[in-house]
Amino acid sequence: MPLLNIHNLRKSYGPLEVVAGLDLAVEKGECFGLLGPNGAGKTTTLRLALGLTVPDGGTISMLGLPVPDQAREARVRVGVVPQMDNLDPDFTVRENLLAYGRYFGLKDAETAGRIPALLEFAGLEHRADARIDALSGGMKRRLTLARALVNDPDLIFLDEPTTGLDPQARHMMWQGLRRLLNQGKTILLTTHFMEEAERLCDRIAIMDHGKIIATGSPHELIGSHIEPQVVEIYGEGVADWTAAHGSTYCERVEKVGETVFCYTRNSEALVQQLCNRTDLRYLNRPASLEDVFLKLTGRDLRD
Amino acid sequence: MLKTANFRPPTLSLRFIPVWRRNFLVWRKLAIPSILGNLADPAFYMLGLGYGLGGLLPEVGGVPYLTFLAAGTVCYSTMNSATFEVLYSGFSRMHVQKTWEAILNTPLTLDDVLLAELLWATSKSLLSGLAILVIVWALGLAGFGQTLWLIPLIILIGFCFSGMGLVMNALSPNYDFFMYYFTLVITPMVLLCGVFYPVDQLPSWLQTISAWLPLTHAIALARPLVQGGAPQQVLVHVLALLAYGGIGFYIALVLTRRRLLK
Repeated sequence: MPLLNIHNLRKSYGPLEVVAGLDLAVEKGECFGLLGPNGAGKTTTLRLALGLTVPDGGTISMLGLPVPDQAREARVRVGVVPQMDNLDPDFTVRENLLAYGRYFGLKDAETAGRIPALLEFAGLEHRADARIDALSGGMKRRLTLARALVNDPDLIFLDEPTTGLDPQARHMMWQGLRRLLNQGKTILLTTHFMEEAERLCDRIAIMDHGKIIATGSPHELIGSHIEPQVVEIYGEGVADWTAAHGSTYCERVEKVGETVFCYTRNSEALVQQLCNRTDLRYLNRPASLEDVFLKLTGRDLRD
Repeated sequence: MLKTANFRPPTLSLRFIPVWRRNFLVWRKLAIPSILGNLADPAFYMLGLGYGLGGLLPEVGGVPYLTFLAAGTVCYSTMNSATFEVLYSGFSRMHVQKTWEAILNTPLTLDDVLLAELLWATSKSLLSGLAILVIVWALGLAGFGQTLWLIPLIILIGFCFSGMGLVMNALSPNYDFFMYYFTLVITPMVLLCGVFYPVDQLPSWLQTISAWLPLTHAIALARPLVQGGAPQQVLVHVLALLAYGGIGFYIALVLTRRRLLK
């Protein structure tokens, strides 16, 4: 049975249907990535799953309990890393963990017993008594993750866990999440970093306008939604070239500003053709999850 | 828009305790400036006006002016402390630090958080009221025994103004918004409810307004207690304070649910 099971979920704000008939099942032990452009309804979906807002329609069950009716009971075994850090700035690192444990009804002695392992996990062994404002962005993020583990949850929600982190901090975060998966934890994360989803997630759902528009492993999504090779072409003559040769060499052509993206099963002939052109530059690469994402959700800005 | 789910009655439980304790532990770190801030201002008002103005006045309401002022100051100091706590500190926790949001991801609910804030602000204002009471005892303005009843009254006043203040917290877009509440509610109350002079000095239309204000009910109970008498119409005054606090808390809960659980 899935740890989180969502069926035909709906939620509107005024005339805007933010979640519009969403189905989702997160299996035990997997890392499930929810991808979508800004405003696709990712955060609202997480809030609904946690029982923090009441859906207009549909059913949610989390850890076998109906949400929102028994959301409080279900949250006993859930950890949450929110999009924005909301650590307690008046407490030290250790005090943050102790206070958070109390909200789960944990005795201080119990939480204190878990703190060394949590600090080790977060790489904050020597910062136990540091104030929050003395921590870097990456440290705060890791402490927020450690705080979400204070109750030893089965299911962990992460809302854009690495937004705003530098590459070092991001890799450290990913290592931490992989350790959790190795321990058998289940993770549901939202992100708009394709790389993050590709590295961590067993399964991905691409979400737009409140609905899931594609689900599968990163490999499956690339295999089933897009041609395997991409050739990006830039240069002054690109428009003329596309008009003359585009449809001969590519299965699908997308023009974005001054760049042309050629999607094809076999790029050899195309690359041969481009080699002889001095007025064009090109980049031949395998298709990625980002190509799938852009194909399915479009290239328009979502502000 | 208000949905019917937001109107459900409050779920009150002991789960509020860890949230109350969180506020207490933070307060303990900043206790000295906090106590000074809460104590110094009303104490200087009471002593400055009590001696300075009191020296120019014959008795007010049958007692020396300082004694008259003491009862009002206990009430007004408690009111201010509760109001500041739920407005500025509560708003910081809810809106700026997002502490409530962090708590709502645990097995606690918004009802638990709001109850904790209500009781925490009540607790903190109890300290402010008691501090003035200690000065009253130290100066021998009133006997110890007769004023012990002021302690439950201080708790009731704290409850009343914490509940009312939480409504403002639920509605506020930013800190500046609280100026309206202070200018339009708290300051008129200080001036119309008999803190500095008997209400019967006011023209009758102002007296009518005054009779409806919660601080008037608080002072109606506190002043006889300080002066060694028995308050009249105790039930009416107690019910008025309970109603303002209780109804305030319920409205605040409905509005905060709308704000945070949308």
